[in-house]
Amino acid sequence: MAKHRVPLVLLACGSFNPITNQHLRLFELARDHMHSTGQYQVVGGIVSPVSDGYGKQGLVLAEHRIAMARLALQSSSWVSVDEWESQQPDWTETVVTMRYHYGRILKEFERSVGTHADSRGNGTPLSGRAPRLKLLCGADFLDSFKVPGLWRDDHVEELVGDFGLVCVSRGELQPERAVHESDLLSLHRRNVFLVREWVRNETSATEVRRALRRGLSVKYLIPDPVIEYIRRHDLYTESSERKNEGTVLRPLVKQAQQPVKSLDD
Amino acid sequence: VFHGLAAWSQMNTTRVVLLACGSFNPITNMHLRMFELARDHLEDTGQYRVVKGIISPVGDGYNKKGLIEASHRLEMARLATETSDWITVDSWESLQPEWVETCKVVRHHYNELLTSEQSKDDVDTVKFAKKRRVEENSFEGSSHHRKRGDPQLMLLCGADVLESFGVPNLWKPEDIAEIVGDYGVVCITRSGSDSLKFVHQSDALWKHRKNIHLVTEWVTNEISATHVRRALRRGRSVRYLLPDSVLYYIQQHELYSSESEQKNAGVILAPLQRYTS
Repeated sequence: MAKHRVPLVLLACGSFNPITNQHLRLFELARDHMHSTGQYQVVGGIVSPVSDGYGKQGLVLAEHRIAMARLALQSSSWVSVDEWESQQPDWTETVVTMRYHYGRILKEFERSVGTHADSRGNGTPLSGRAPRLKLLCGADFLDSFKVPGLWRDDHVEELVGDFGLVCVSRGELQPERAVHESDLLSLHRRNVFLVREWVRNETSATEVRRALRRGLSVKYLIPDPVIEYIRRHDLYTESSERKNEGTVLRPLVKQAQQPVKSLDD
Repeated sequence: VFHGLAAWSQMNTTRVVLLACGSFNPITNMHLRMFELARDHLEDTGQYRVVKGIISPVGDGYNKKGLIEASHRLEMARLATETSDWITVDSWESLQPEWVETCKVVRHHYNELLTSEQSKDDVDTVKFAKKRRVEENSFEGSSHHRKRGDPQLMLLCGADVLESFGVPNLWKPEDIAEIVGDYGVVCITRSGSDSLKFVHQSDALWKHRKNIHLVTEWVTNEISATHVRRALRRGRSVRYLLPDSVLYYIQQHELYSSESEQKNAGVILAPLQRYTS
């Protein structure tokens, strides 16, 4: 590992309902991109499935989503699954999840170097550099900042300002435009890494669930052990898709009292 | 009554073998997906039962730029299909000393299919075997005119192959007529693509439109082998674009480099050479 590079951990938050090959690709593309900047050395990846409290339609139990992610990542040498977020009784703001993981990562780092690094991540000269944590996301994620009531302004600020984003574009979505149209994202654009995926690969978990409900093949879209698991537990059916139907997404309820950003922002 | 109905519908579904020809340089998850999509589509019509898939990598004589040795391409396809219970790899085409027209490959596999049917018949009761052999003999010389109960062989391809039918000197018109007319084509197209229009605008294809099964791929999955090779040359990850076993094989044999991409550079593609001379 190049000594002058900043060690970087990538965290992906989402439903993972179920995890797909496309999710796994995001990590690969992001790692290649961050390495090509010459500034970072990606040392780990974390998949953090959202908790059942999220209230999203068709969301199956976290224990299943965790198990599937684990099966999918069995063969990965650098990406792993973390249960913390999924085990919280209520939905957790992404920033809160990031704070938790960053705290954990820093502690681990301190233990490994045997010295104290301050919270800004500057290690002592002898110890090498403290790791950083960035959120890994798909291009559609940037658009979610525009949805009224989904994000608190101070959270977006902390997310892009303090941590940073690695955003992989897919298909015709235009992350550059999303950054351009948001003053906040533009302000922190140097902390928003846009990764271009040249292959159009639009496998979404929604499409996978749809195919499964209809009895169509999903082989080669999700790993074989995950298909096996889904079949064994009969996970995705018409009735599972009706779960949380008509339920308001938890972030919209939880943050209702907070000042909400307008769409014209 | 229901038993009878099920047997009746079994009898009235045509067994289909899907054949995919191409470079497979290397095989990717998209190639494998095409088989899954084609099978789902054909079986959904209620008319077909897909019993087998065959991957037939082209021979080295095809002269395509960057085409690595057939032995490697075959082995990668074999590794990739290890986890499938119905897709297989066949080496016949790749072992021919010269490039073989796709139409001949289709004919070869259809004859193979009929032969294996016949040997299956031989273990049937004597009465049936005898009867079928008599029928078969009467059809000698026109093997593609199927009789009831015979399996059908269809060429599986992407929209690019269908559209290549319009490229001058790449295909013989009579070959296109035979493939589409006598056998049939299953073509995987992206949603919003022009395949339907392409069939409409070609008289040769329009004539046989009932033998052309267009399958819409709603989930775009544009993993091209060209893209995979490019990423490999540049040291980028191709993980999850092709099976892990194939990736390990590539790494082990250091298969795709700038050097291998220069293979056949400037050489005219075999079909173009053959039909323009």
